[in-house]
Amino acid sequence: MLKCKQASQLSSRALDNKLSLREFFALKFHLLICEYCARFSQQLTALNIAISNAGKTIEGDTSIRLPRGTKNTIAQLLNSQQ
Amino acid sequence: MTSTNGTKNHEKKNTLAKSHAHDWLNEHGDYLYRFALARLRDPHQAEDAVQDTFMAAIKANNFAEQSSARTWLTGILKHKIIDFMRKDAREIVASDLMSEQDANMDAFFDKTGHWQEQPKNWQMPDGELEQKQFFKILQSCLDKIPNKLATLFMMRDVHETDNEEICKELNITTTNAWVMLYRARMSIRKCLEINWIGH
Repeated sequence: MLKCKQASQLSSRALDNKLSLREFFALKFHLLICEYCARFSQQLTALNIAISNAGKTIEGDTSIRLPRGTKNTIAQLLNSQQ
Repeated sequence: MTSTNGTKNHEKKNTLAKSHAHDWLNEHGDYLYRFALARLRDPHQAEDAVQDTFMAAIKANNFAEQSSARTWLTGILKHKIIDFMRKDAREIVASDLMSEQDANMDAFFDKTGHWQEQPKNWQMPDGELEQKQFFKILQSCLDKIPNKLATLFMMRDVHETDNEEICKELNITTTNAWVMLYRARMSIRKCLEINWIGH
């Protein structure tokens, strides 16, 4: 029988890699009987999506600009290139 | 006088490269910065990555064959970002964050392997306003976990690089990566639970 600690580790690993058949069923069974781990597992999945969206939000936010000082430094460096 | 012509052509090419590079900086500099910031999270590192990208671009000197400057520059930037992440990851592996018995992690579970504090029921944000609030909290939670851990997390979850590729690039074992990602997720989830649950 899996403990919650192991189940939480498998829930996380399942997001990155395919679990072995044995691990997969052990986790499935645990999630069926443990409401907290089931909740945790759902939250991890949701978190993955949220993090991905957070990155896309930064990428799409045109109010974020390369700081002027850095831009000038790069321009100067480009000029000094042979 | 082939050599003189060659030198002239070379000079001409360089002048062209320079003027192109300035155009690229104006047209794509902001975009490249946002791209880097979304992945590295650290403004200084993001600025450095953009700077390295332009230096590499002007040295590469093969821009003329490129159909889209932005795509080409983004390709260079991705490599620069991975360089920064690799440096960060080496530091994580070297630090005691990687020890198997981590005191912080043990705090999540009791000795029998049960939740020390049971995960509470919280809803993911719904609607634009809630999403904005959630996003703010998520950002602050990402800021709270060790930067290097966040970097790895971003690499997996933003960069959409698969696990094996990250491990190869960062020269860590898959087990190390699982442990690090697990810790990052545990910490961020806990932080969200504390700060988001009120909504």
